[in-house]
Amino acid sequence: MTILTVLICSGAACLSSGEEAVKNKLMTLINEKNLQDEVKVIETGCMGPCQYGPLMIVYPDNSFYISLNEDKIEKIVDEHFIKGRPVKEYLWETPETRKKVEEKKIIPFFEKQLKIVLGNCGNIDPENIDEYIGTGGYEALAKVLTEMTPEEVIDVVTKSGLRGRGGAGFPTGLKWKFAREAKGDQKFVICNGDEGDPGAFMDRSVCEGDPHTVLEGMAIAGYAIGANKGYIYIRAEYPLSVKRLQLALKQAKKYGLIGKKILETDFNFDIDIRIGAGAFVCGEETALIASIEGERGQPRPRPPFPAQKGLWGKPTIINNVETLSNIRKIILNGPEWFSSVGTEKSKGTKVFALSGKVINTGLVEVPIGISLREIIFDIGGGIANGKKFKAVQIGGPSGGCVSEQNLDTPVDYESLTSLGAIMGSGGLIVLDEDNCMVDIAKFFLEFTVDESCGQCIPCRVGLKQMYNILDKITKGKGTMEDITRLEELAKVVKSTSLCALGQTAPNPVLSTLKYFRDEYYEHIKEKKCRANVCKFDEIEEKVIK
Amino acid sequence: MQKCDIKENPQYDALRLSLRILKKEEKPSLIEALHRAQEIFGYLPEEVLCFISNELKVPLSKIYGVVTFYHFFRTEPAAKYLINICLGTACFVKGSEKVLKALSEDLNIKVGETTADKLFTLSTARCFGCCGLAPVMMINKDVYGNLSPDKAKSIIEEYRRKENQTNG
Repeated sequence: MTILTVLICSGAACLSSGEEAVKNKLMTLINEKNLQDEVKVIETGCMGPCQYGPLMIVYPDNSFYISLNEDKIEKIVDEHFIKGRPVKEYLWETPETRKKVEEKKIIPFFEKQLKIVLGNCGNIDPENIDEYIGTGGYEALAKVLTEMTPEEVIDVVTKSGLRGRGGAGFPTGLKWKFAREAKGDQKFVICNGDEGDPGAFMDRSVCEGDPHTVLEGMAIAGYAIGANKGYIYIRAEYPLSVKRLQLALKQAKKYGLIGKKILETDFNFDIDIRIGAGAFVCGEETALIASIEGERGQPRPRPPFPAQKGLWGKPTIINNVETLSNIRKIILNGPEWFSSVGTEKSKGTKVFALSGKVINTGLVEVPIGISLREIIFDIGGGIANGKKFKAVQIGGPSGGCVSEQNLDTPVDYESLTSLGAIMGSGGLIVLDEDNCMVDIAKFFLEFTVDESCGQCIPCRVGLKQMYNILDKITKGKGTMEDITRLEELAKVVKSTSLCALGQTAPNPVLSTLKYFRDEYYEHIKEKKCRANVCKFDEIEEKVIK
Repeated sequence: MQKCDIKENPQYDALRLSLRILKKEEKPSLIEALHRAQEIFGYLPEEVLCFISNELKVPLSKIYGVVTFYHFFRTEPAAKYLINICLGTACFVKGSEKVLKALSEDLNIKVGETTADKLFTLSTARCFGCCGLAPVMMINKDVYGNLSPDKAKSIIEEYRRKENQTNG
């Protein structure tokens, strides 16, 4: 009889922190001590607090062990598994009180989270389809195929208020409706897993921790728009995601859940995996289509939108991994359930990848409308090493920096845009007083200059010029006219670039100019960098003399 | 059909087999073909591209355009250990540039170069999605997190030591 269930995190971060050795040790000890019948070990996807890996949860006690190693495992097996006494010193401790928390559910990191997309992540074995089915997996697909018309599916998704989680926030139901109505002998569903924003790892964690939820979402989308072929476009930098998706696909095909005559209905839907090759611009939907077609990933003018003319000229919908992962729960629980979470215009939850100078880094899912302060200070535990908060960068190279004064803004699509940032895909990078804001702006520009596909002039030339000006300022050679020039250039690049890469690339510069203008002025007038990041040649020379 | 300067070897047999599977699809994916080729050869020299061009009936000029567009494809061979230092945002704000500088000095090579003993190639990347452990680097397929310049150097030292052991 199983008495203890042990979940051990095999997300990418825990794997690189030595999860495999810990697991092997655990299995060896269980065998040595003949505990095979009493202890069941399950390897799961990402549990969230990546910084403290390798992680392990023991049920029914709900004990959450962190920063494990082989010695700790030995003690846990002896004390907890055999004698029934959880080893308190290895449990998560809250930074505020330095008190060991004995149950996972009362840890502040988890308390404010609401897991819809990540419901299975960290709770089931992602390599076992039966575990997914055990949590109600593929029930939504069965429901739409046997009880609902495609129009009804689109209606439910529209009513739920779900918006695209890739960044732009376009209503998902409406996108599906356009593709449904578009004429074409063949249509396609593409899952965009080209999570190129540096500082974002939401999609990676979903693909690694709950791959079937993505496949089920795609099949439902296929049924809704009338497509029988889907592609998952995933980054080559995520080998574990690729492996788990491939395995999930194989299992789903074997069970008759993907492929021909799904669940003995007349619906056919096949999925192929396409691996990216390292180009940030391919996250843009038309560039992604070009890449699947085997071309250079250069964006194409819109209209025509992919819903009319997409992959190989056929009607195509492109949904982000996280968007698709919401679908099955919306179908099962109804649109009202989903729209009861969130704000007036932004429904549901959002997954964020929390990193930078914060105490608890990792993957978090929160109801939309929560404040940035709650995410950073309650869930994230505040700033590490007793430093002072300076800004939080949201939305990657297309996003912006939000300062202290706006931390109480509710996180939703509209509020963040009004602050000069964007919801983006979900990277939240916390900056402290040791980070220079001009240097951060320069960092992002260097990135977008490098990743610009080069076909349109504002992006190719404009961004490079903006970069040169920022470089000048960080070397103490800037002038006040440079600020005006930066702002003018930003305006032109934003309004005249072909695709979203160029249209949003000036955001990091504009938002730092808006909230941290003083720092720019200090660099120019006083040759001073308050974070001591920028090195000014003249000052260095003086020191040498 | 152009003439390619190919020295037949088992690698080409493996690639031929991979391409045969790909060609069964209605529209064989060029990028998939390039991934397979890079897996087999370790990089994409001109003769391999020429071979793919003939097999898939895609002009060599187009293939070259695609290969040079994507960061992932290499036209030069990498060393036995490819070090990729993440310069993504989270790693950047936590000092990845210092790690890069330390390794560059330690190995005495610049980014994109290979050490004289052909053991290490130093390269940079944009985010592996391990931001919770920033700063991170990848050596071939293994990720190392929470780096400091010294920790990074000791990891390289460890690789060197293992290499000497196997050789000695």
